[in-house]
Amino acid sequence: MNWINNYVRPKIRSLVGVKSDVPENLWMQCPSCEQMLFHRDLRENRNVCRNCGHHMRLPARERLEILFDGGSFTEIELPENVTDPLKFRDRKRYSDRLRDSRSTTGRTDAIIVAHGEIGGHKTVIAVFDFSFMGGSMGIAVGNGIVAGAQLAVLQDAAFVVVPSSGGARMQEGILSLMQMPRTTIAVQQVKEAGLPYIVLLADPTTGGVSASFAMLGDIALAEPGTIVGFAGARVIEETIREKLPEGFQRAEYLLDHGMIDMVVPRHDLAATLGRIIDLVRCKERGADGVSLNQGGDAAFGDSNDGSAPASD
Amino acid sequence: MAETRVHSFLDFEKPIAELEGKIEELRHLSDEGEISIVDEVERLQSRVNKQLAQTYAKLTAWQKVQVARHPDRPHCSDYINELVTDFTPLAGDRTYAEDRAVIGGMGRLKGRSVIVIGQEKGHDTQSRVKHNFGMARPEGYRKAQRLMDLADRFGLPVITLVDTAGAYPGIGAEERGQAEAIARSIESCLNLKVPMVSLVIGEGGSGGAIAIAVADRILMLEHSVYSVISPEGCASILWRDGDHATEAANALKLTAQDLMALEVIDEIVAEPVGAAHRHRSVTIRAAGEAISKNLAELIGVDGAVLRKQRREKFLKMGEAPGL
Ligand SMILES: [Zn+2]
Repeated sequence: MNWINNYVRPKIRSLVGVKSDVPENLWMQCPSCEQMLFHRDLRENRNVCRNCGHHMRLPARERLEILFDGGSFTEIELPENVTDPLKFRDRKRYSDRLRDSRSTTGRTDAIIVAHGEIGGHKTVIAVFDFSFMGGSMGIAVGNGIVAGAQLAVLQDAAFVVVPSSGGARMQEGILSLMQMPRTTIAVQQVKEAGLPYIVLLADPTTGGVSASFAMLGDIALAEPGTIVGFAGARVIEETIREKLPEGFQRAEYLLDHGMIDMVVPRHDLAATLGRIIDLVRCKERGADGVSLNQGGDAAFGDSNDGSAPASD
Repeated sequence: MAETRVHSFLDFEKPIAELEGKIEELRHLSDEGEISIVDEVERLQSRVNKQLAQTYAKLTAWQKVQVARHPDRPHCSDYINELVTDFTPLAGDRTYAEDRAVIGGMGRLKGRSVIVIGQEKGHDTQSRVKHNFGMARPEGYRKAQRLMDLADRFGLPVITLVDTAGAYPGIGAEERGQAEAIARSIESCLNLKVPMVSLVIGEGGSGGAIAIAVADRILMLEHSVYSVISPEGCASILWRDGDHATEAANALKLTAQDLMALEVIDEIVAEPVGAAHRHRSVTIRAAGEAISKNLAELIGVDGAVLRKQRREKFLKMGEAPGL
């Protein structure tokens, strides 16, 4: 566990950091019901269409804000890693693609790891940033999952992962494929420590990400309409030369096929996660709702990890 | 001279095909008693050998992909037939179906009881269809999990032979949890308390391959490939044009030699000059030796230690100082 001394320096960041560059008075159309939506309204409603309930993608940082109690959390710094190990180049250099993504997102890679509380219970969340190269998983994302899992173990906290990823990052070749066993080991460590590992599938979760840690949650939740699958729909269509069934690979479809536990609307996520974590971590509550756990309750014990919340 | 008569030649083997054609022609003439051909055949054969050695010494990544997919290249069942005695195939995932893209069972490798699991591509139309071209559905990966559990229960080492273009992309496969089946299969590999050795014999296609290749030792045949995505798939996404597969193959660093340099695999098993499709038995025996040697080094190591070391190995992937 000495990685924590080497890499993780809790960093306090302002919640109102990166401002959207979209003018507040802009209208946009819901891709589902085609209703015109006032941009500011849409953002206030966390990118859920007020007319039809369609869930659009939510930026990673906002995801943390809506899940952690009081929108308060501490982001951890992730270990540095080799960038562009293959010196990959397609029509464009991978190193240039990375630099572009870094400058547009202000992030070093496609994952954020933060800790805080959900429903009063210590929780570590690793959330994917789809806007960073499609949330693809290379070594840096692997590092994020590993660091997040180890932090959860260290803090005796629940571990929640919110994937939103097209799969492995091709530009890191075989090393990105190797993140599948790597991240699987990370979540095994959480489970072996007796801690809950919960996956919240966000749109989309496919390829090497779905075929590793994302499908191994003790409990799996998904947002409405989320695409979850291994192979991409286009690849399947090209292979079998058949039209895909209605709703194929959507969260509701996965629920019907027994692949996930529930489909939870964005506005209910925090409460649902809080309840689940409370049920598995606080094993007995009195009539007054007070925890009757004998010592060792992660949520209500002393949280002496030396970290400070991000705000409040 | 090749022990196996090659039926289909790759593009870059054209000069070799022409020379071998001439030899055939001469033999035919000599059968009719018209000329003595010994010297000429010998001369041509030495040219073939030289050409083969030159060609195969500097195959490009894309040429390696073609060699790895060569229809005459020995497949999983060929290795099992030649290397494993008392082979007892086991079938089914006990949940839904028997997926013949994954074959597996118990048998003896040099007298030692082992569990063997591998993808089988098939060698003619009928067997290719039967084995779904080596592309497994969730049932295949669940069968693999089942066999790994069995191996653990009886303390039998696990050997996997990897040869797949990838997991099968189909409606049913998705509905029955292709992603989950692969993830659990990776987990099964990681949980094993018995030694596990994987050998990539042809194509190591992405998640469908790694599902059965999270091993203590990962070996690759000299002209096999192992990649996160096929060069064609990569080209169509990143170049928006599948015709750039050659460039994609280069960029992906998917050859055995690349993976060795990236510290992802542990050993390369040499193929005779002209590759496995020309020398099936020699290659298969070399593979058997390499597997046995690695297995012998792992036998007797405490199960918990094996499991811990395997985890440490994969936990470090991508952090290698050599990068
Ligand atoms: Zn709408």
